[in-house]
Amino acid sequence: MALSGIQIYKLLPQTNCKECGYPTCLAFAMKLAAKQVELSLCPYVSETSKSTLAESAAPPIRLVTLKSESSEVKAGNEVVMYRHEKTFYNKPGLFVKFSDALSPDELQKQIADADRYSTNYVGIDLSLDGFAVEAASGQTGVFGAAVKAVRSATKKPLILVGKDPAVLAAGLAALPGESVLLHGADSENWQAMAELATGTKASLSVSAGNLEELAELTEKIQAAGVEDLVLNPESDSLGNWLTMTTQIRRLALKKNFKPLGYPQIAFPHTPQAAAQAVDKYAGFIVLDKFSPGLVYPLLVLRQNIYTDPQKPIQVQPGVYEINGPKPESPVLVTTNFSITYFSVANEVEGSGMPAWLVVCDAEGMSVLTAWAAGKFDSERIAKSIKTFNLADKVSLKRVVIPGAVAVLSGELEGELPDWEIRVGPREAVDIPKFMKMAL
Amino acid sequence: MPIEIPVEKWPGAVREVTIGATAAEGGSRHQKVTVGGEKAMPFLHFEGAIPHRPVVAVEIRDRRPDDWSPLLPQAWGAAMDNPAAWAKAAEAAGADLIQLTLSLADAEGKPITAESAVATVKSVLAACGLPLIVFGPGQAEVDNTVLVAVAEATKGERLVLGICEDKNYRTIVATAMANGHLVNSRTPMDVNLAKQLSILVSDMGMPTDRMIMDPTTGALGYGIEYGYSAMERLRLAALQGDSMTQFPMLVTPGFEAWKTKEAKVNEGVPESWGDWEERSVNWETLTAISLLESGADILVLRHPESVKRVRAAIDELMAA
Repeated sequence: MALSGIQIYKLLPQTNCKECGYPTCLAFAMKLAAKQVELSLCPYVSETSKSTLAESAAPPIRLVTLKSESSEVKAGNEVVMYRHEKTFYNKPGLFVKFSDALSPDELQKQIADADRYSTNYVGIDLSLDGFAVEAASGQTGVFGAAVKAVRSATKKPLILVGKDPAVLAAGLAALPGESVLLHGADSENWQAMAELATGTKASLSVSAGNLEELAELTEKIQAAGVEDLVLNPESDSLGNWLTMTTQIRRLALKKNFKPLGYPQIAFPHTPQAAAQAVDKYAGFIVLDKFSPGLVYPLLVLRQNIYTDPQKPIQVQPGVYEINGPKPESPVLVTTNFSITYFSVANEVEGSGMPAWLVVCDAEGMSVLTAWAAGKFDSERIAKSIKTFNLADKVSLKRVVIPGAVAVLSGELEGELPDWEIRVGPREAVDIPKFMKMAL
Repeated sequence: MPIEIPVEKWPGAVREVTIGATAAEGGSRHQKVTVGGEKAMPFLHFEGAIPHRPVVAVEIRDRRPDDWSPLLPQAWGAAMDNPAAWAKAAEAAGADLIQLTLSLADAEGKPITAESAVATVKSVLAACGLPLIVFGPGQAEVDNTVLVAVAEATKGERLVLGICEDKNYRTIVATAMANGHLVNSRTPMDVNLAKQLSILVSDMGMPTDRMIMDPTTGALGYGIEYGYSAMERLRLAALQGDSMTQFPMLVTPGFEAWKTKEAKVNEGVPESWGDWEERSVNWETLTAISLLESGADILVLRHPESVKRVRAAIDELMAA
């Protein structure tokens, strides 16, 4: 738990010696609480205070980073149980698992395919974060060759999956200098796994079927010298798994319970389980196979759940020119909520027809929500048309409003007497048809 | 190592609401459905009782919809031509209840009337023994006319009537009260608006064990996070003892998911979206599962495969 400035002050020498550069110990304590200075600036702080402060400064859920030449994936450092309390910070890394039962050539081909995968959601490019390689063969030579093949097909971070430390060591040897995740340790092999991870940059996952066993294992492994751990609470039922993931998160956040203060990993076998993993606290998610029909919706769900609830995602209000509009091209109106904007803009763009898209400042709300809140009414629409000087841009004074706010058309005629008001479709997906038929 | 699990102590609970009445109780349903009663956040059985499982309703229409994704008629086949057959198919697909939405006009364009609405509802009740939720076409005047007629013609069945919204709820609530039915109140993804409408409805004298709250949701990719957090906050408020939030929650992930471009069409979409059917069913399933995790008691779905998957998830979540 983070300490307040006053709590920190009590741990300082309280001599106001000014050697830290601050006029008083209290001022220094306040800076420490705001994490703006380092404790090492104080030459006189006691060892006891140092360790107390270090402990309190550590995040309740340790940040674990997997890193390769090209990219990194972070998990941990979360601070809340429910996203509305603040926000969820580190989006769970999405991995796909491949087995060394495939030949190196086949692995290379399949991974290259998945590695290239990229999709776009509301203007953001999304892709897989990395891959897991499973040592199904149980043979060092086979696994080492498989990891090499995988590494030649992708530069993304890797997770090595297997129970035999000797076999995983062969994979690890093929990835010098990288921060990989070894999956992993359990009550049988934890000592050898801890030995393998010690002295490397690898982090280690720890599997157990209940929290007591999990906590005992992490304490032992930590004592053996491995700091970067990842928890795998194993269960074959969504209910039991939800209970464990929730309790782990709560123990870490509410009780600062260090043995379980690590990010979690999930291996969902169904779309339902994958959704629960995103919603309920997984830091790394490993899918059984690569299928865009699941990966795309999961990437979108992750984006949604990890959106900061305090900041609705917005686009800049203004006039957006789509497909090179001319003076006779139609004028369409929508709000500046980014999901709304991208749904509309993508459809207009896809229609191939030129248009002026007027994005009103509706405080980042969607059409219906903004309308209900009084942020998207005829006055605001008329004001946008006027401030953005649409009359100077177009020869055909005809404006199309969203079908969901058809009720505004009468009032808008009053506000914009020179303009023809048309009511468009309710859903963005119907815009191209509407533009072809009605405009 | 023994671990002391922190347990939240909640003073409040969600109300229990029973939908449908059997012959002995003045209705004709073969079974009824009770939802609500939770004394903990979703599926945290270690913290408090979750006495009733969330249920799955299947959305049917009084006629074959012409603007639905082609994947849905592919799944339901000829049953979609007739609401009674569709209800039976939904029951066979694992529905716990049926949600019938009436249309403004029939396939020939003839406007809906009180008589035609009653005939449709009665045909569904006759064909299928599950409890029934009936939504009007969504235009205040028409809703009021047809729902009053339906409520009177099915007195005692404990149907859920909807949709009550702040602009139009009085007539629907009054007829539900007079005829022994329930109401569904919808507000746009906001804790305070949901609470306000509940107050208005209960102030009319509606018994609180006959009220269901529909906080609305967006589909995956289209604002689900707003509905998700509104539901979590509503459920937390209910557990903290805020009486006017202590209602079971109904949401319509089927309706929301299947109107998205991702589910509706396969022409001119990026290759990265993957196989159409897989993506669409996942769109509905992921939307529904997320809402289940945030507190939904009644999930209204459209595709039989989603029904199967969501039911399987509920089985596992209740087993703990």
